[in-house]
Amino acid sequence: MSWLSLIFGEKKATASVAKERLQLIIAHERACASGPDFLPELQKDLVAVISKYFPVNPDDIKVGLEKQGNYEVLEVNIVLPEGR
Amino acid sequence: MTTIITVTSGKGGVGKTTTSASIASGLALRGFKTAVIDFDVGLRNLDLIMGCERRVVYDFVNVIQGDANLHQALIKDKHCDNLFVLPASQTRDKDALTEEGVEKVLKELEHQGFDYIVCDSPAGIEHGAVMALTFADEAIVVTNPEVSSVRDSDRILGIIQSKSRRAIEGREPVKEHLLVTRYSPKRAHEGEMLTYTDIQELLRIPLLGVIPESEAVLQASNQGIPAIHQKGTPVADAYQDAIGRFLGEEHPLRFVEYEKPGLIKRLFGGK
Ligand SMILES: Nc1ncnc2c1ncn2[C@@H]1O[C@H](COP(=O)(O)OP(=O)(O)O)[C@@H](O)[C@H]1O
Ligand SMILES: [Mg+2]
Repeated sequence: MSWLSLIFGEKKATASVAKERLQLIIAHERACASGPDFLPELQKDLVAVISKYFPVNPDDIKVGLEKQGNYEVLEVNIVLPEGR
Repeated sequence: MTTIITVTSGKGGVGKTTTSASIASGLALRGFKTAVIDFDVGLRNLDLIMGCERRVVYDFVNVIQGDANLHQALIKDKHCDNLFVLPASQTRDKDALTEEGVEKVLKELEHQGFDYIVCDSPAGIEHGAVMALTFADEAIVVTNPEVSSVRDSDRILGIIQSKSRRAIEGREPVKEHLLVTRYSPKRAHEGEMLTYTDIQELLRIPLLGVIPESEAVLQASNQGIPAIHQKGTPVADAYQDAIGRFLGEEHPLRFVEYEKPGLIKRLFGGK
């Protein structure tokens, strides 16, 4: 802040910060709103397919969508039963 | 044919009730038979803004539950012959608004030949707000130039696009309109506040109007007269313009540019 703006009490132009933050969060929330709907279905299908080859506990298959930078990453975690 | 307009926002205190009262009054002034319904069960306020609080006998929930008929519950407006107010219940809880009940009342208004039904939504994204938008043909999304309001408007747009009857039945989608309210051209000009173009860029829906921040709104609510009747004030003119645009007319935006006060004004004050 310059001494002039100190004297005249100029306020900071923060609207551009607000806009940038909103752009990010709205894009993210829109993606989420259209995303997770299919995840439970996908999880069920994966359980069905994998159990054709070996027994799995449905809870041991985890599916998630994650944002990393500019990419969406579909993460699938399958824990194989012990003693194989 | 009846058109159902839902005034919604997600966030509370942004100007939904003020807007519902003025839009409904404005449509009635244009000659349309109009009803305005308060969906804010438990926190009724539209009656105060419309200035009919002392004439409330029966309410929306009474009609839904069959304790009164629609004719008994509708309150005729003081200023417009063809405008009627259906107040919310102050005592029941939100679950009293059943989907079948709301549909029944809306159908009956349709049979009575109403041109427009304006639904004043409660804040939030819960049952009451969803009921208010379920049967919408058009939605006016009221947004303030402020981060939480913009984000909540985006959320409510998502809900309109997934939970409205039009969406569920795969009909033509609800027509969405952005109404920016409590706008301060000066603060937007100085970069302190989001501009209406910023908001429109973020939400990506057509702009119906920009209503300036004004003390006329408080004066109107003090007296129980919808702000659109405050003739000659920027707020009333801005609401009139918005109604014109809603009906398909073209009106340039007013009261959105900041004009620096001249030296005389700065020295001697004045508004
Ligand atoms: N254009 C405006 N200028 C100044 N104050 C306003 C304006 N619009 C609404 N208000 C005020 O904001 C507050 C909330 O308005 P209200 O219409 O009750 O919002 P909501 O129904 O969204 O909760 C009220 O005190 C009202 O007088
Ligand atoms: Mg309200």
